[in-house]
Amino acid sequence: MNQAISINNLNYSYGNISILKNLSFHIQRGDFFIIIGPNGSGKTTLLRLLAGIISPRDGRIDVLGDSIEDYTRKTLARKIAYVSQTVPVDFPFTVSEVVLMGRSPHLGMLGLEKEKDLATAKQAMEFTELDLLADRRMNQLSGGECQRVFIARAICQETDIILLDEPTASLDLAHQTRIMDLMEKLQKERDITVVMVSHDVNLAAMYGKTLLLLKEGQIVSRGKPDEVLTFQTLEAAYGCTLLVDESPLGRFPRVTPVPGRLMKIKD
Amino acid sequence: MGSGFLKRLMLVSALLSVLLAGAMYLGISVGSTGSNFGDSMRLLLTDKSVDSVQEAIIRQIRLPRVMLAALVGAVLSLGGLVFQALLRNPLAEPYILGISGGAAIGAIIGIILGLSYFPGVSIMAFTGSLATLLLLLAMSSGQALLKKDSLLLSGVMVNAFCSAVIMFLISMTRDDRLHNIMFWLMGDLSTANIEQVGFLAVALMPCFILIFWLSNIMNLLLMGRDMAQTMGVNVKIVTITLLVVTSFMVSATVSYCGLIGFVGLVIPHLFRIILGSDHRILVPACVLGGGAYMVVCDLLAKILPSQGEIPAGVITALIGAPIFIFLLKRPRQ
Repeated sequence: MNQAISINNLNYSYGNISILKNLSFHIQRGDFFIIIGPNGSGKTTLLRLLAGIISPRDGRIDVLGDSIEDYTRKTLARKIAYVSQTVPVDFPFTVSEVVLMGRSPHLGMLGLEKEKDLATAKQAMEFTELDLLADRRMNQLSGGECQRVFIARAICQETDIILLDEPTASLDLAHQTRIMDLMEKLQKERDITVVMVSHDVNLAAMYGKTLLLLKEGQIVSRGKPDEVLTFQTLEAAYGCTLLVDESPLGRFPRVTPVPGRLMKIKD
Repeated sequence: MGSGFLKRLMLVSALLSVLLAGAMYLGISVGSTGSNFGDSMRLLLTDKSVDSVQEAIIRQIRLPRVMLAALVGAVLSLGGLVFQALLRNPLAEPYILGISGGAAIGAIIGIILGLSYFPGVSIMAFTGSLATLLLLLAMSSGQALLKKDSLLLSGVMVNAFCSAVIMFLISMTRDDRLHNIMFWLMGDLSTANIEQVGFLAVALMPCFILIFWLSNIMNLLLMGRDMAQTMGVNVKIVTITLLVVTSFMVSATVSYCGLIGFVGLVIPHLFRIILGSDHRILVPACVLGGGAYMVVCDLLAKILPSQGEIPAGVITALIGAPIFIFLLKRPRQ
């Protein structure tokens, strides 16, 4: 069984507005899979469908070989962890409390942790270099640190798949790299399938193993970064003039938007 | 945490139980007819009868009143805690969704109709609050219930509408029923009777247990709806359950003793600052600590004025509001 997630003829709409149109693709186990596309292309909806937060109108989603409908919320939570966009935490939970919450799908109603769960949480905090912040309260952390805490919580959930919705949005350059390095390490060292929605085409080019480019709920292109990130496909998807060349760092494409060259969208 | 969590839970519960027991003992022993610590202890511990007037005062007046105060404090604090978690809003309190407004309209109509305080007015109040709950559920049915701000705004609107109706009813009332209405709105524990309080306690216990059972899920809910759901929580069912159970609990209490304010806002915040955000600890802390706070406030309401007494709701707000302002002003560590 090499497919982490496979999707067949997936449709989704909010009322009369069709968001995802007949999508079919699969995500390999151990892939670093990044979904890109313009605003409103259905990226976040797709991710929420994969997370089981919303259910498809028709079509089929398989997670590790079984239909997502056959999972209960709890059994699905042992396979897939999800890190949502930005969550302001107004309540003074400590970092270690939030990370430990990741254990709850493995525990009973009251979430009483055992030694093993504490060890898992500790390890997740070490992995994300949060161990020194363990007793800090969430409302004392910066945006980048908060995001790392939520990722540590997802790691602590010990799932095969981690979904992230724009984890680098609103972070500075150092934190963006740190989060992406972390996810790459997770994917390489622990063989976790990482599925991410991102607005940053260049980060996607550098870290993604497979990219999926969406536009208006349909797949424009899917494949390795240098296959997807060509100026033809990107200009078709985003509707602005772009320069695509090779990154000075090496073997991945670099995308530069050209100012003042918004293209008229043809109908 | 782990076994550390259980140890902490035990420690907090034990300390607050002692505090509650102490407050209740004080409440039973002190009153307008003077204090008699020895008698109340003898009465509570043995069956030996002391002075029969003292016995009547302690058994029939003070004991039910103290028990009622403890229950009211527990329910309102817990209600505030649950609504703060459910609405993910630190300013939420048990009356925020309009349950109190509905109860007040029912109670005021009952008082105007000249019904007896119990069961007449209480039943009217309970009906009123359940009607607002149903209205609220209907208004925000389906998906809207899960959008925290739509539920909150619906509640605020229901409350505003109820306030208008209350003002109208008050403006139409002239005689001494006006005084009764005002007293009900401020909250009053003096009507306690041991059978009724016992009945209330029996109705409330399952609610306390159910909310404790859901306390870890409340922690997860504070991570946001999507993350809670992907940690295995059925957000919709849990939200409705907590909403209905808490509303029922608050309605039952408010119907019996009127609108006592501020307990539900201050106590959860106080404990959150001292104990952190883990609801598995906060639920028992609010039940025990909120009960103790209310017993002490009611005691002050009884003994502070030289004649008569102040409604307990006045004392909770008089002490509660400055504490709350202090907490808001306090820089976050």
